[in-house]
Amino acid sequence: MNTSHPAPTAMLTGATVHRVVWVPGTDRLRGWCWCGTSHETEGPVELWEWLLAHPDTHPDTHADSSAGTGSGAHLSPADRSPTSAPRSARRRSES
Amino acid sequence: MSPFPRNQWYVAAYAHEVGRELFTRTVCGESVLLWRTEAGEVAAMADRCVHRRFPLSEAPSRLVGDTVVCGYHGFTYGADGVCTAVPGQARVPRTARLTTYPVKEQDSFVWVWIGEREKADEALIPRSPWLDSPGYTTVCGMEPLAARYGLLVDNLLDLSHETYLHGGYIGTPEVAETPITTEVDEAAGVVYVSRHMDDAACPPFYAKSTGIEGRITRWQDIEYHAPCLYLLHSRIAPVGAPGPNPDGTDPHAFHVEVVYAITPETEHSTHDFWAVARDFALEDQEVSDFLRENNRTVVLQDVVALDKLEQVIASEPAGAQELSINIDTGGLAARRILKRLVEAGAEAGAAGRQALTAS
Repeated sequence: MNTSHPAPTAMLTGATVHRVVWVPGTDRLRGWCWCGTSHETEGPVELWEWLLAHPDTHPDTHADSSAGTGSGAHLSPADRSPTSAPRSARRRSES
Repeated sequence: MSPFPRNQWYVAAYAHEVGRELFTRTVCGESVLLWRTEAGEVAAMADRCVHRRFPLSEAPSRLVGDTVVCGYHGFTYGADGVCTAVPGQARVPRTARLTTYPVKEQDSFVWVWIGEREKADEALIPRSPWLDSPGYTTVCGMEPLAARYGLLVDNLLDLSHETYLHGGYIGTPEVAETPITTEVDEAAGVVYVSRHMDDAACPPFYAKSTGIEGRITRWQDIEYHAPCLYLLHSRIAPVGAPGPNPDGTDPHAFHVEVVYAITPETEHSTHDFWAVARDFALEDQEVSDFLRENNRTVVLQDVVALDKLEQVIASEPAGAQELSINIDTGGLAARRILKRLVEAGAEAGAAGRQALTAS
């Protein structure tokens, strides 16, 4: 585990987003917990296990953030808009 | 436990499929009757007469004004599902009422809520604004899939299969060769998978529709809003063309928004809604015809493969061994989210039943 690698460009804007990149020139994956800590593995199964378990002492845990129906009930309508929709289309969808 | 996430919005139909004829589609195992009132509003209700379960979508059942008349014994229902007339007697039983579904017409789709009515919130419906935007031209269709919906989610979250299953259409070697970046918002139920190819062959799907003859930069940005809506933001530009501007405009590229609605029909079948919206050649009918035919061919290639895969999986004991590699990073996350949504829907249903029993 280390935090020396820069986190990848973020597209999703939620508070608890996990990010996984394919390390350039290798077959390895590096995943970032939303707290900023990263970890590298040889495959996605192992990496997801690490990310989802990391750490169980987070002040704002997954269980807390997924309260409700689990269907995005906490999201504002704008959050249901596509992330990279063209600006004109996104405006329309939020109106 | 239901194999589907309940308390969720699902696409039941394209808006253009629902009119002044009775129309039915099974969503998550529930037969839903869809029709439009004379005012143009979509009504959604159970497609079974309360009397003897006759399908109300079946002739000679018919619409009379804003009522549905059962073709078997004449039970008559309003758009609110309430029975207003039964044959041979004046008294209509108090319980003669069809279950109705919260319904929302948006972005050219008709969405229905499957689950507890009081939890339906239209603001939770994910958006696909291109489909009825004047800045885009859209072609679309729906193919029946004789496979569980999870197989289509797996398929769409990992586009490396384009290279092998869709070669000569949308697949080129670079798709499978290019690493992906994955983001997952567990709480929101969103998976984002990004694959940016800097220098790739232009597959016929894009060469013929855009007119680009050389190599391309090809960006595939997937956004999956579990359980039903899948968006593929596809950006195509000649190699060397400028990238998007900081303000989000991108005049040197072609954009295709590929939208899928993945709606479970039964445990082993799925409605595979697909749409292709483009921001170029808006008035060109030949391009529309080409993209419609080409994308339908691609979808049917998936259908053949997934139908076969369903037969294999259904014939094997549960839990047969699989092997996941890097390309499956997003698909694994989608599976995990869907499992959680299924469990959450089941728990809510159980709690609701318990409350009813106690009251």
